[in-house]
Amino acid sequence: MRKSKAVAVVVAAASTAVFAAACGSSNASSGGSSVDWSKVTHLTASGPDSMANLVKDAEKEGQLNVITLPSNWANYGNIMKDFTAKYHIHITDAIPEGSSGQELQAIQTEKGQSRAPDVVDVGTPFAVEGAQKGYWAPYQVQSWKNIPADAKDTNGDYYADYGGYVAIGYNPAKVKVPPTSFASLTNPAYKNMIALNGSPTSAGAAFAAVYAAALANGGSFSNITPGIQFFAHLKKIGNFVPTATGGPTTVQNGTTPILIWWDYLLASEVKPVVPGFKIVIPSDSSFASYYDQAISASAPDPAAARLWEEYLYSTTGQNLWLAGFARPIELSTLVSAGTVDKSAYSSLPPAPAGALTFPTQAQDNTAESTITADWAKDLG
Amino acid sequence: MIEVAAPEARASGARPSPVARAVRASLRWAGVLPFGLYIALGLIAPTIAIAIAAFQDSNTGAATFSNIDAAVHGEYLIGLRTSIELSVLTAIVPGIFGLLIAYAIFTAKRGVVLRRVVITASGVFANFGGVPLALVFIATISTTGVVTGWIQDLFNGFNIWNHGFSLYTAFGVFFVYMYFQIPLMVLVIFPALEGLRPAWREAAQNMGAGTWQYWRHVGGPVLFPSFLGCLLLLFGGSFSAYATAEALTGGTIPLTPIQIGSLLNGNVIAGQENLGYALGLIMIVIIAIVMVLYTVLQRRAARWLR
Repeated sequence: MRKSKAVAVVVAAASTAVFAAACGSSNASSGGSSVDWSKVTHLTASGPDSMANLVKDAEKEGQLNVITLPSNWANYGNIMKDFTAKYHIHITDAIPEGSSGQELQAIQTEKGQSRAPDVVDVGTPFAVEGAQKGYWAPYQVQSWKNIPADAKDTNGDYYADYGGYVAIGYNPAKVKVPPTSFASLTNPAYKNMIALNGSPTSAGAAFAAVYAAALANGGSFSNITPGIQFFAHLKKIGNFVPTATGGPTTVQNGTTPILIWWDYLLASEVKPVVPGFKIVIPSDSSFASYYDQAISASAPDPAAARLWEEYLYSTTGQNLWLAGFARPIELSTLVSAGTVDKSAYSSLPPAPAGALTFPTQAQDNTAESTITADWAKDLG
Repeated sequence: MIEVAAPEARASGARPSPVARAVRASLRWAGVLPFGLYIALGLIAPTIAIAIAAFQDSNTGAATFSNIDAAVHGEYLIGLRTSIELSVLTAIVPGIFGLLIAYAIFTAKRGVVLRRVVITASGVFANFGGVPLALVFIATISTTGVVTGWIQDLFNGFNIWNHGFSLYTAFGVFFVYMYFQIPLMVLVIFPALEGLRPAWREAAQNMGAGTWQYWRHVGGPVLFPSFLGCLLLLFGGSFSAYATAEALTGGTIPLTPIQIGSLLNGNVIAGQENLGYALGLIMIVIIAIVMVLYTVLQRRAARWLR
C-alpha cells in the first residue's frame, strides 16, 4: 500500500520548504506572523515556522474542518474535544459517518470554499489516489522519523495514523469452542455464526478479512483468491452468514456470535456491549492496515490543519487513539519511551511478532479487481 | 404518474381582452414554474451530469467509452442481468398477490372500514425499506429470530434454517421485498379496480355471460393495461432498491445498485467512480424505457377507466 517516490521530489520539496521559510522570515511580525502556512512542509525549531508561531496563527484562524470522523471511532470524539479545549479552535466535522470515497469527492467539489475539508483521514488507496490527483499538501510532523518508512509517503503527502490487525471476536456465552485461527473457523459447531463487517467489495474491514484469510490459506499479498475460496467454503458448509449488517448489534442479539473485524473496533464497539467478549488475532495470519492522514492542498485553514497533525502525532494524540483501542503508528516508540498509556495498551490483544508489512499499491489494486469480479461469482 | 392540473380559465360573461388572456396564460405557466424548477434541478441536471461523467475517465477526465464498455461486460453485465431478473420476479409475484388482495377487499361486502384499514396500512408498509427493514427480518426470522424460535417450539424443534431457508440469499432478498411490494401493488391497482363499473358486469350478465366470460372479454381486457403498468412500477421499485439487498447479502449477489455503491461510496475500490456513473446511466436508460412503456399502457388503460 505504501508507495515510495523519487528522491528528486524530496529534494525539490525540501528546497521549497527552505525557500518558503526564507520568505516567511522576512515578513514575520509579532501579532500573528504572515507565514503562508499552506506552503510549509515541516516546522523548524525556531524562526517563523516554529511550533509557537504555528499555534499562534492556528488560534487566529480559530477554525478547523475535518470530515467523516465518527465521535465513537478511534476515540475521535475526545480527541476533537481536547484539541478544541487546548487551542480554542472550533472543529466542524462534516458527514461523520461518511466514507473515504466521499472525503475525496468533498476535496474536489468544495475546493475554494471556506467549509472545504482541511485534513482527511482516509484508507490508503484513497490517500494514494489523492496524491496522484495533487490533492495533498506535503507535510512532515515533528515526530516524522518515528513513523515506519513503510507507512508513509516519502514526500510527506500522506502518512499512516492508526490501525490494527484483522481479528476474530466471539461471544463465549454462545461459542463454546474458542476459535484461534482461520483454519479453526471451519468447525461445524460454528454453523450460521460467522460474519464480516460489511461486504468486501465496499467495506475496508471485510476486504482486509478476506485478504487475511488468503494469507492463512496459501495466498499472498499478490494473490487474494484463496481468501475468496475460503469464504466460499465457509458459506457452503453454512458457517458464514454473508449479511452486511455484521457488527455490535448482530453479535449482541446472537445472530452472528463470531465477527471478523479490526481488533480495535471489536475492542471499542463490540466489547462494551457484549459481556465477556473475546478478541483473538488469528494464529495463521497477521494482516494489518492503517489509515492515513493528509492535509488538503487547498485547505481553508492551513495553519490549523498543520497544528492538528502535530497534535495527533504528539504523545497526547497518539495515546488518545490508543485509549480508543486503535494502534497508533508510533506505538512502538511510545512503548520503548515508556510514555504509553499502559491500561489502554493492555486492553488490545498482543500484536503478532515481526515487523509490519503491507501490500503494495499494485498488489492492492489487483486484489480489489479480483474481489470485485469473483466475490459474487464464487459466493452467490 | 404525476399529473399537474392546469388551472381552468373560467369563462365569464364578457369576452376577455387579449391582454387579459395573455396575463392569464402566463399566470398559468407561473403556476407550473416551481414544479418545472424542481424537475430541472432534481432530475434533469443530475441526469445530464451522470451522462457526461459516464463518458469521462475517472482520473484524467478525458472523453472515453471505456466506462460504458466495462459496464456491459464481466461482473457488471452479470450484475445488470441479476438485477433485471430479480426485479422481474419481485414485480410479477407480488403483482399477482397484490391484485388478489386488492380484489378481495374491493368485493368485500360492507367493506368500507376494511378497505380504509388495508389501504392505509399498505401506504405505511409500502414505504418501509432499507437497512431497518433488513434488520426487522433478521430479528424476526434469522437463525436466532423470534419467529424462527416459535416455529421451533411449535413443531418439535423444526428449524427452518436447517431445511434450506436462508435470508442471506437471492431468495431471502425476494422474500423481504414481498414486504413492501405487495402493499405497493394493492395501492396502485386499487384505483383501476374501482374503475370497473358494476354496470358492465350487469350488462354482461343480462346478455348471459358467466363469471369467466365476463373476466375473459370485459374485466380482463379493461384491467390488463393497468395491471401491466403497475408491474412496471414494481419493477422500477425493485430495480433501484439498494440498502436492503446490500444489508442482507453483503455483495454476494451481484446487483447493479450495490456495485454502484461499491464504486462510488466504498472504502475498497478507488479511482473507478466514473464506471459507477456509467452503470447509473444504464439504469437510467432502463428506467426511462420502463416509464415510456408505463405511459403508453396508462393511456390505453385510461380509455375505459375514467
